[in-house]
Amino acid sequence: MKLKAPDRITFNTSGFCPGCGHGVAGRLIAEVVEEMGLADKLITTVDVACGSLHLTDWHFDTVMAAHGRTLVTAIGLKKVRPDNPVMAYYGDGAGYAIGMAETMHAGLRNDNVIAIVVNNAIYGMTGGQMAPTTLPGQKTTSSPYGKDAARFGKPFRIEDAYSGFDIGYLARGALVGAANINRAKKMIRKAFEKHMDNQGLCYVELLSPCPTNWNLAPLKAKDFLLEEMTQHFPLGEFKGGDTK
Amino acid sequence: MEKNRTDVTRCKGCGYCVAECPKQAISFGEHMNAKGYLTIVVDQEKCIQCGSCYRVCPDNVFEIL
Amino acid sequence: MSERVLMKGNEALAEAALRAGCRFFAGYPITPQTEILEYLSWRMDEVGGSYTQAESELAAINMVMGAASGGARALTTSSGPGFSLKQEGISYLCASDLPAVIVNVMRIGSGLGDIAQGQGDYWQMTRGGGHGDYRTIVLAPNSVQENADLTYLAFDLAEKYLHPVLMASDAAIGQMIEAVALPEFREHNIDRYEWSVKGGTMEEDYRRIQNIFYTMGPAYEDFLRAKYDRMEVEEQRWESTAVEDAELVLVAFGISSRVCEEAVEGARAKGLKVGLIRPITLYPFPVKAFEEAKNAKAFMTVEMNLLGQMTDDVRLATGCELPVYHYGSIFSISDTQELIARAEELIKEAKGGEL
Repeated sequence: MKLKAPDRITFNTSGFCPGCGHGVAGRLIAEVVEEMGLADKLITTVDVACGSLHLTDWHFDTVMAAHGRTLVTAIGLKKVRPDNPVMAYYGDGAGYAIGMAETMHAGLRNDNVIAIVVNNAIYGMTGGQMAPTTLPGQKTTSSPYGKDAARFGKPFRIEDAYSGFDIGYLARGALVGAANINRAKKMIRKAFEKHMDNQGLCYVELLSPCPTNWNLAPLKAKDFLLEEMTQHFPLGEFKGGDTK
Repeated sequence: MEKNRTDVTRCKGCGYCVAECPKQAISFGEHMNAKGYLTIVVDQEKCIQCGSCYRVCPDNVFEIL
Repeated sequence: MSERVLMKGNEALAEAALRAGCRFFAGYPITPQTEILEYLSWRMDEVGGSYTQAESELAAINMVMGAASGGARALTTSSGPGFSLKQEGISYLCASDLPAVIVNVMRIGSGLGDIAQGQGDYWQMTRGGGHGDYRTIVLAPNSVQENADLTYLAFDLAEKYLHPVLMASDAAIGQMIEAVALPEFREHNIDRYEWSVKGGTMEEDYRRIQNIFYTMGPAYEDFLRAKYDRMEVEEQRWESTAVEDAELVLVAFGISSRVCEEAVEGARAKGLKVGLIRPITLYPFPVKAFEEAKNAKAFMTVEMNLLGQMTDDVRLATGCELPVYHYGSIFSISDTQELIARAEELIKEAKGGEL
């Protein structure tokens, strides 16, 4: 079987760390939009952190939003460009800390955009601080003795927060292991299909390894993701999937 | 016969492909690329073109022909 | 121009925005500008645009950034604490070189303050209220008619400079009802500009709207300097009343300028040589206006704030050569008779005790 990554993602090289999931996510998005004939129309918004490195590695019109405001910037953009697929792409720090109000209201309003949220359970760009998704006991530069869930809360799960909301699609995939990556691609594809059908907020969270900030070699980071993270962040479809 | 074309100038030596290949056809070689990463080598004989390496690679090193 | 209708200041502003081709609004309720939100909640639908009451002023300014990136004429309005929430967004709009219009219908005070008119956001609006090295054009209407006319103009200026434009209205102007001739409807083409994000083929260069300086390079410095140099030369706007022979020149904008117009009349009737320079742009400050004040012995700003925020700009405009006084108030609008009395005092003083 022939497999070649789209030009949209290979025309340049990326600045992501070795083993970072952003590279896989970028390729899956490029593949999906090419397959659906949407590559010429896709407009994206990115946040200020690691995801913003896609500004130089994916060939799509992109707006860099303020930190935590990527989703709401995409919402404003979609309202004036309703015929374009509009995708907000950001991380768990942006979405669940500083941008939590916007995350909740986008769900409440069921705003018509795609949200791809890359969750690495840490703040990557700023050097590895604790995030709302950091696991209990996980050591970070701002929780050197391990995150104390009693003080800072248990890892935030979007499916719990959105449980009462009627939104177009909600799923969580993982960016390591070929089988997971295949499933993640199907989730991204579904999000785009439902978005083009104006079904409202189409939200895919993607678990990503972060070898640099977890202080683990990529293959060990992959183990941490599959063995530890998935205990707190189950993979699967939560809303708008086939199994409902 | 070339089954699996690689562009190791893009490789960052993460090793996902090495672990993922069901035929152990990929290993780290001796070549360090311009970015300073030790890069992989594909044994074309062992490769069955399953595409797993292509899927897990964050840097789009592989092209399955 | 259409016939004159009676309208509230806030509503005239909203209507004029639509007539300028604005088809995106995001806002949040806060007194004294909520009428803009409420008016657009039904009127925007009628013209086929997008209206959103956002979850906060912070969300609203970022929605505006999205809409502006897409090439639309976008508006958000607020006051006081809500306007403060928009400062990061305004900084981002400047760094992204995006056009947008942001209105502050000023209320008085820091913190929650009060809902009545104030002019205490002058420094915040003219000195770049967010982080970073920027300023924005600030338009200051003093009537319902100007609320409409300057809003209409603001969108053009924003696109001329690829820069957000601020409007400093105030509660009095926002709430007053006066006759206004509304401007004609104008269409805006969302695809007018090459830079707006719209999707593209692999063959064309893709568009990046970004605000990270470390990718910009030295040419960007020249671009920024050119923007500001041009603004300062081309966009100074003001109105002068009886300035040529004036010995005391009042400087006031917004609601304070309405009182000053009356004070100038009253002072002249008493034989006092008082004039008024009314800045219509607070930035760029109309330094050219002060060239006319050849006979002035002193200036006095009349502002609804205690710290005399505009006095700095008057000193700079006049080379710090003459005294610049400040008549300030926060709980009430200035009083005409008090202004005339103060003018008399100052002129006497300037002339060494004799009028």
